[in-house]
Amino acid sequence: MHPILRTVVQRLALALVTLFVVSIIIFSAVEMLPGDFAKAILGQSATPETVKAFQHEIGLDRPPIERYVDWITNAVQGDFGSSYAARAGYKRTVAGIIEPRLWNTLFLAGVTALVAVPLALFLGITAALYRNSLYDRTVNALTLTTISFPEFFVAYMLMLFLAVKYPIFYSLANVSADTPLLERISRIALPVMTLTLVIVAHMMRMTRAALINLLASPYIEMARLKGIPNREVILKHALPNAWAPIVNVIAFNLAYLVVGVVVVEVVFVYPGIGQLMVDSVTSRDIPVVQACALIFAGTYIMLNLTADIIAIVTNPRILHPR
Amino acid sequence: MTTTTPSIEERAGADGERSTISLVLRELRKAPLTAWFGMLVIFAYLFVALFAHWVAPYGESQVFDTPYANWAYIPHWSWLGPIPYWVTFEPTGSEFLLGTDQLGRDMLTRLIYGARNTIGIAVATTLLSFAIGGGLGILAAVRGGWFDQILSRAVDVLMAIPSLIFALMLLSIFGSSVLNLIIIIAILDSTRVFRLSRAVAMNVVVMDFVEAARLRGERLAWIMRREILPNVLPPLVAEFGLRFCFVFLTISALSFLGVGIQPPTADWGSMVRENATLITYGNVTPLLPAGAIALLTVAVNFVVDWFLHKTSGLRDEH
Repeated sequence: MHPILRTVVQRLALALVTLFVVSIIIFSAVEMLPGDFAKAILGQSATPETVKAFQHEIGLDRPPIERYVDWITNAVQGDFGSSYAARAGYKRTVAGIIEPRLWNTLFLAGVTALVAVPLALFLGITAALYRNSLYDRTVNALTLTTISFPEFFVAYMLMLFLAVKYPIFYSLANVSADTPLLERISRIALPVMTLTLVIVAHMMRMTRAALINLLASPYIEMARLKGIPNREVILKHALPNAWAPIVNVIAFNLAYLVVGVVVVEVVFVYPGIGQLMVDSVTSRDIPVVQACALIFAGTYIMLNLTADIIAIVTNPRILHPR
Repeated sequence: MTTTTPSIEERAGADGERSTISLVLRELRKAPLTAWFGMLVIFAYLFVALFAHWVAPYGESQVFDTPYANWAYIPHWSWLGPIPYWVTFEPTGSEFLLGTDQLGRDMLTRLIYGARNTIGIAVATTLLSFAIGGGLGILAAVRGGWFDQILSRAVDVLMAIPSLIFALMLLSIFGSSVLNLIIIIAILDSTRVFRLSRAVAMNVVVMDFVEAARLRGERLAWIMRREILPNVLPPLVAEFGLRFCFVFLTISALSFLGVGIQPPTADWGSMVRENATLITYGNVTPLLPAGAIALLTVAVNFVVDWFLHKTSGLRDEH
C-alpha cells in the first residue's frame, strides 16, 4: 500500500497548493478594481469623505498581504465579510446570503446526479454492447446533438413543450425555504431534466468509448474465443477494468455540473448560488462574487481530486507494483 | 482531409497542389451526409454574416411604431418576484416575417445582424486564443526547462477554475465590454490550446531536422515557424473547430446571463434573454436565436467529427 499512499498524499498536496493559488487569484480581484470603483458602488452623489470611509471599510488602506490573511482565515471559518449591496440601511453578511442558496444548489445538483449517473451508465454500456446497431447509432447521434446545444436552448425547449404547450411540470422553479420536499422535487423537475440531458450525453459517450477501448484488448478476444456470450464478456470481463475511467468520467461531469447550474438556475429562476453570482456580477458586489467563485472553484478542485484518487486506487498497475 | 503535411505539399510545387485539390474533392465526395449538412450550414451562416447589410430587410436597431398598438402586460420574473412591464410585441406576419421584439425591432433583421456580431466576436476570440496558446505552447516545447515549467504550472492553476466562473469574476471587475469579453475568454481558453500545442510540439522538437536547424544556427522564431508549426498544424485545425464551438457557447451563455455583449448590439445570446418572457405564452420567438446558436454548433461539430475521423485514422468501429 505504500506507493499508493504516497501518490495520494502527493495529489492531495497538489490540490491544496492549487486551491491556495486560486484563492490568491480570487482575492486579488479587488486589487485590480479600477480607481472609480467606490463611486460606482456608492453612486454619483458620493462625497469624497464617504468614498474614503468606504475604502477604509473594505481595507484598501492596509497592505494586501495582511488583508489576504484576514480574508482567507475568515473564509475558511465560513465568514466572507459583508455585502456591498443595501449599504444605506442594515448590512448583510455574505455568508447569510449564500448559505440557503448553497443548499438549494446542492439539492439541485444532487438530484440531477442521482438521475443522470445511472441513466448514463445504462445507455453507455448498452450502446457498447450493441455496437453499430440502430440503437447505438441513434443514441450517438442524439447525444452528439445535445452536446452541441447551449443549455438555455434545451431549457426553453423543455419549458415550451412540457410546461406551456402541455402543462405537465412547473415552468419556474421558485422554491422557498419552507417548501415541502415533494413539492420541491416536482418544482425542480424541468431544471433537473435540462441538466440531465446535457451531462448524460457527455457521460454516456465517454463510458461507451472507455468500454470500446477495452474491448479491443487481447484478453477480451481470448474470452470471446472461449465462447463466452457477448453480455457476459462485457459485464464480467470488461466492466471491472473499465470502472476507473468510468468513475473518472462521472466525477469530471459532476464538476461540469457546477458550471451548468449557473445558466439553468437563471432560466428557471431557481434561488441557487449560480443565479446569485450572476446577480452580484451585474451589481458588482465583489465580496459575494469572490465567495461564490471560491466555493465553485473549491468544489471543482475537490471533485477532480476525488476522480484522480479513485483512478489511482483502482489502477491495478499501481496496486501491484513490480 | 489529407494526411500529408502542408510542408511536403509546398515542396511538391504546382503539380502537388493540383493533386491536393483533387484529393480534397475526392474526400468531399465520400463525406457522410452529416458532414455535408454541417458544411452547408456553416457556409450559409458565413454568407449571411458577411452580407448582413444586403440581406437584412431593415436597420440593425431600427425601431418601428406599432400602429394598432399591440401592447401586452407581461410579468417579468426576477428573483424578487414578478416585475410587470409593458412591451410592444408585433406578431409574425408579412411586414415583419418573424415579428418584432420587446422594443419593436424587426426580429429577422436582428437575427441576421446577430450572425455577424456573434460569429465575428467568437471567431476573433478563438483566433486570439490560438495566437496566445499556440505560440506559448510551441515556445514552451522548444525552450523547455524553467520556462516550460512555469507556464505549465500556471496553466494548471488557471484550468482548476471553471472558465465560466472565472469569466464571470473577471467581467465583474473589468466591466462588460466587447473588448474585455474577447480578451478574457481568449486568455482563459488559450490554456487548452497551450496544452494541446505543447504536447504535439513536444513530439516534433525531438526530431532530427529540428536539431539540424538548431545546429545551423537558425533563430528561435524561424525554427518555430518553419520547422515545428507545419508539423503541428493538422491537430490544431481540428481543435480550432472544437474551441470555436466552446468559445461561441461561452460567449452566448455570458450574453444570455446579461454580462456579455451589451445592447443595442444585436447578439443571439442577449436576444434570447430579452425575449425570454414570451415563452410562457407559447411564443417561439426566444427559441429562434437559441436555435440559431444550436444549429451552428451542431454543424461545426459534425464537420469536426468527420475531419477528426479522417486525420487521426481513428475508428472506434474496430
